[in-house]
This record gives sequence, structure tokens and C-alpha cells, in this order.
Amino acid sequence: MKNENLYNYILGIADNSLILGQRLGELCGHGPNLETDIACTNISLDLFGQVRSYFQYAGKIAGDGRSEDDISMLRKEHEYKNVLLVEQPNTNFAYTIARQFLFDAYHLAFLRELQKSPDLTLSAIANKCVKEVSYHERFSSDWVRRLGDGTDESREKIQEAINDLWMYTDELFHQTEADKAMVAEGIGVDVTTLKEGYYAYVKEVLEEATLEVPESKYFQKGGKHGVHTEHLGYILAELQYMQRTYPNMEW
Amino acid sequence: MSEEQIRSLERHFNERIARDEKIEPKDWMPEKYRQTHIRQISQHAHSEIVGMLPEGNWITRAPSLRRKVALLAKVQDEAGHGLYLYSACETLGISRDELYEQLHSGKAKYSSIFNYPALTWADMGAIGWLVDGAAIINQVPLCNTSYGPYARAMIRVCKEESFHQRQGFEIMLKLCNGTPEQKAMAQDALNRWWWPSLMMLGPTDDKSVHTEQSMKWKLKRKTNDELRQQFIDQTVPQADVLGLTIPDSDLKWNEERQSYDFGEIDWDEFWQVVKGHGPMNKERMKARVGAWERGTWVREAAMAYAKKKQARKEKQAV
Amino acid sequence: MATKNWPLWEIFVRSKNGLEHRHFGSLHAADAEMALENARDVYTRRNEGVSIWVVESKHITASNPENNGELFEPAQDKVYRHPTFYDVPDEVKHM
Repeated sequence: MKNENLYNYILGIADNSLILGQRLGELCGHGPNLETDIACTNISLDLFGQVRSYFQYAGKIAGDGRSEDDISMLRKEHEYKNVLLVEQPNTNFAYTIARQFLFDAYHLAFLRELQKSPDLTLSAIANKCVKEVSYHERFSSDWVRRLGDGTDESREKIQEAINDLWMYTDELFHQTEADKAMVAEGIGVDVTTLKEGYYAYVKEVLEEATLEVPESKYFQKGGKHGVHTEHLGYILAELQYMQRTYPNMEW
Repeated sequence: MSEEQIRSLERHFNERIARDEKIEPKDWMPEKYRQTHIRQISQHAHSEIVGMLPEGNWITRAPSLRRKVALLAKVQDEAGHGLYLYSACETLGISRDELYEQLHSGKAKYSSIFNYPALTWADMGAIGWLVDGAAIINQVPLCNTSYGPYARAMIRVCKEESFHQRQGFEIMLKLCNGTPEQKAMAQDALNRWWWPSLMMLGPTDDKSVHTEQSMKWKLKRKTNDELRQQFIDQTVPQADVLGLTIPDSDLKWNEERQSYDFGEIDWDEFWQVVKGHGPMNKERMKARVGAWERGTWVREAAMAYAKKKQARKEKQAV
Repeated sequence: MATKNWPLWEIFVRSKNGLEHRHFGSLHAADAEMALENARDVYTRRNEGVSIWVVESKHITASNPENNGELFEPAQDKVYRHPTFYDVPDEVKHM
């Protein structure tokens, strides 16, 4: 493939939205009440909309006739490049919110930079996404404050979720070969520069929410290179079920 | 109030409805009108949110991204419709929490069709095409019902729902134009959903207990049997377009009536499911009750936070 | 017990600039900010609005339909408030 780095770069961005959208999709119909259910589904819909734009572009770059569905549903587990954070399960609403917030804070900062990309397709997608993700971040950070500064029970639950998911945050700022190549070409975002601002902001919100900022220095990584947690296999089993069971059909 | 006065109020009330005037929440209304409306509107709302479950199961397994977003948006709409209907019901002086309590305890009913399992992707097509098709036939006349908040909710519901049936039919069409395996999947879904869809329009007129009163209050504009005939007459030609066979050997066109004659509905099965012994009754309730109970601490936290915030605001103002 | 339940809010949406806010329906939320966000997600999913007002339902004071006679009927015969009350010859234009 001529533009392999660009292709892989796009997949790295898109897979995060794909897997997180899939996780939120599991919740549709099972939220703590109707209003919150509808809100979470809206976020899921935004993410899948983004996924389609990215994969349609990736398909064009690959130029081998693969569709958005082929790219999103017909790769092997180790070919998915999402960060470990987004594949973590909906253990309870606190985990859903913590995962969303820890990702949204990164996602928003990332998209703001991607808007400046000289790659016009990427910057156009980023322009659209940044508005959606601003709202996601508002939603999730509001809920972190609500749960943190709510009842003793909610505080305990959200603190536990933040503590458990904290080890997946550092990976957000790791670079793959494709990332480095795209940064070198001036097209991609240098995620290492986002790290400091990210932690400062996350700490600010956690403090407002009367929560402890985890001090752990032990982090997990691997998602960006295709080495995932055990959860991804199950996610893909559902995501790919139809395409794998009934190959080469149109739906 | 004396009985005489109540009778006079009722007469006046019935005249208003006969003149097509709308009844609004604070207007005087007979207690039976209030109770009947609470029952029907909440049943309708419960059906929307229980109805999210069979389709919700397929969101993570949708075969393409396009189908996935359409299904997500559709199931989300059902949550919205449940919300509009619960709100309409709340204007009658009952809270959403009380209505949930009635659903969870089994006191309130919801549409029995959602107690059938959604087994294949084609079921997403069949549910949209048949179940939403039957629902629309039931719902359109309600846009003009006598109780204002219900009528307004239904106008919104019907407007949004217009894409649901098309979404389902398109899934079926794609399957029917696909491989033999896909077409067989579509036929299988039609076979399983056809009879429950006919039952969905309610018991036959001679067994229907509420029809007469509901007609007077414009909660119903046509009888169950009329609605069922309308549904069959409009759906059979659609099955022809798909090239699928309706699973009823007695189905044939009656030239004289200009309608289809159809076979006997298995009403024993209908009552069995209504009474809680369908294939999925327990599962569906478990899912609803589970979501509600798992959400308790979340709802409490939000209230506690709102109160603290309010208190801080007031303290600042002082 | 009652304090656990999210209160009811009435939602008003301006569908485009130049039009007034119109009552769209109601929903539950713990506080005003959440009511705004919920209203955005529930009532403007199809691009129905450019501005939202939320009011907690308990703060609305409504007239009582029992008083409709004294409140509204006296306005029915004030025909002189309407232009058709006044006779003007047909040849007079622009009036």
C-alpha cells in the first residue's frame, strides 16, 4: 500500500471510536433511566458516525475496494489499534462514566489539534467531530462531578472506577510507527505534547468532584500495537458475528 | 359533590368530546376517564421501553455500520417515545416512578409481542415491517384522541416513527434480493412474526372489554377486527413485493368484500403470553427491573449533588 | 423517599431564530443543567431547535379551568377590539 502509514494512522483514530461506540451500544435500553439512556445512545451514534467517515477515507487510501464494513468488521484481533481504555467493560455506570471521561478529555484535545492538519479530509472530519466530542466531554465530566460529589456510595463507586481505569490512561500518549511518520510529515498530531495538559485537566475535574487523583505509576499498554485485553475478543465476536457467519453478503 | 352534579358534569364532559374539543390536564374529568387513560397511556409507554429490548439485543451484532446506526437511532427513538408517553401520563396525577412500579410488579401490561425472541438479523426487518406497521395502524388515529397531552405525544411519536417501518422493510428487501440463505432467513422471520403481529391488534371485538367506552372517548376510532383487517390488506401486497409467503394457508382475496379472508388466530397462545407465559416474559421483566435497580444509586447521587449545589448557591447569595 | 426522584421539568424550544419558544413536552432531571442537556438529547435529536428553556414544573402557576367563565368569556363580546367592528367605505384603500 502506497500510503500505509496514513492508512494505519486513520485506523488508530477510528478504532477508538468504533470500540467505544460498541461498548455504549451495549447499554441502549439498560440505562439508569430513560433520559440518561437516550444521552448515552446519542454519544454512541456520534462515535459510529465518526467511524464511518474515517473508514470511508481509509478505504479510499487503501484503494483495494474494501468498504467501511470490511475495514471495521473483517480484521483479526491484533489488527485493531484502539487503546485498551475504550474496550474496558460497563461494569457499572461509574465505569461507563469514568471510561468516557478519561477518553473524552483526551479525544477533545486530540481533535482540536487534528483540525489543524493539512490533510483536508482529516481536518474536515475533525471539525465536525470536535463539536460532538465537546458535548461528550461536558456530559461525562458533569457526571464525574455528580457521582463524586453525590452520595457516599456513588463517590466510592466512581473513585474505584477511576482508580481501576487509571492504568490505561498513559497509553493514550504513546506513539506507533504510523503516528511518528504522520507527525514527521506534518499531518498527524503529536500526542506526546497533549499529555501534560490532559493530566492537569483531569486532575482539576477530579478535584472538583472531591475525588482522589490516583498516584499509581504503573500503566498498561499494547492496544495501539494490537495487543489487547481479554475483553476485545468478546467485543469482536459480536461486532463481526454477521460478517463472519455470512461472508460476502450485502445487508 | 352530589350525584346529580356529577351527572351534569359528565353530560357536559361527554358533549365536549362529541364536539371534538380536547380535554386538558386541569379540566374536570370523570374518574373512570382518568383511570382508563392512565392504564392505556402507561401500557403504551411500557410497550415502548420493553420493545427496546428485543431490538437492542442486535445493536452490537448489526451486520454493517449503516444498519447499526439506523438500529441504534430506532431503539433510541423508542426510549424517547416511552418518555413522551410517560410525561403525558404524569399529567393525570401519577408519577413515572409509580408507573414503573406497576410495570415491574406485573400489575401493568405491555404489548405481548415483545415477549417473543428476536433470533436472527431478519427479525430486525420483520419487527420494523410488521410490528411497527401494526403499531402505526393503532397509533395514527390516536393523534386525534380526546386527551390533549396524549394526542400531542402521539403526533410526535407518529412523526418520528415514520422511518421505523421503512427501516424494517428495507432490511427485508435487501435480504429478499440477496442469497437464497438470506431470503430463507427473511421467510423464517415472517413465519415467526406474522401471527403475533395479528394478535398485537388485540382480541376479537366480541372479547374486547373496553371497546365501546374507548370509542366514545376517542381512545379508539376503529375496532380491533377492523384494524386487523386493515393491517392484513395493506401488508399482503408488501409481502408480494418481497416475494415472501404469508404463513396462512387460508389467506385469500375475497372479491366481494374487497379484502383478504384469513385463517384462525391461535387465541390460546395469545392469552398464554398475556398471562405471563410467553417465551421471553421473564427475561424482559428481569432486564427492565435490573436496569432500574442498578440505576438507583445513580439517580440518588444526582439528586444529592443537585441539593448540595443548590445549597452552595444559596450560601453564596447570602 | 420522594427526594430520590428526579423532579419534572417543562421544556420550551425555539425551533429557529425569529420564532418564539414553544412548549415541547417534559422530562425528568436532577438539576437545571441536566434538564438542559436531557432536553437537547430528547427533544432536539432531529435538529428541531436552536434554543432551549427549561422550567421546573412546580414553578408554573396555571389558571384554573373552573374559572374560565370569569377569566375568558368577558373577552368574547368585546367586538370593538377587532378591526371588522368599524365600518369603512370600500373605496378607502390601505386600511
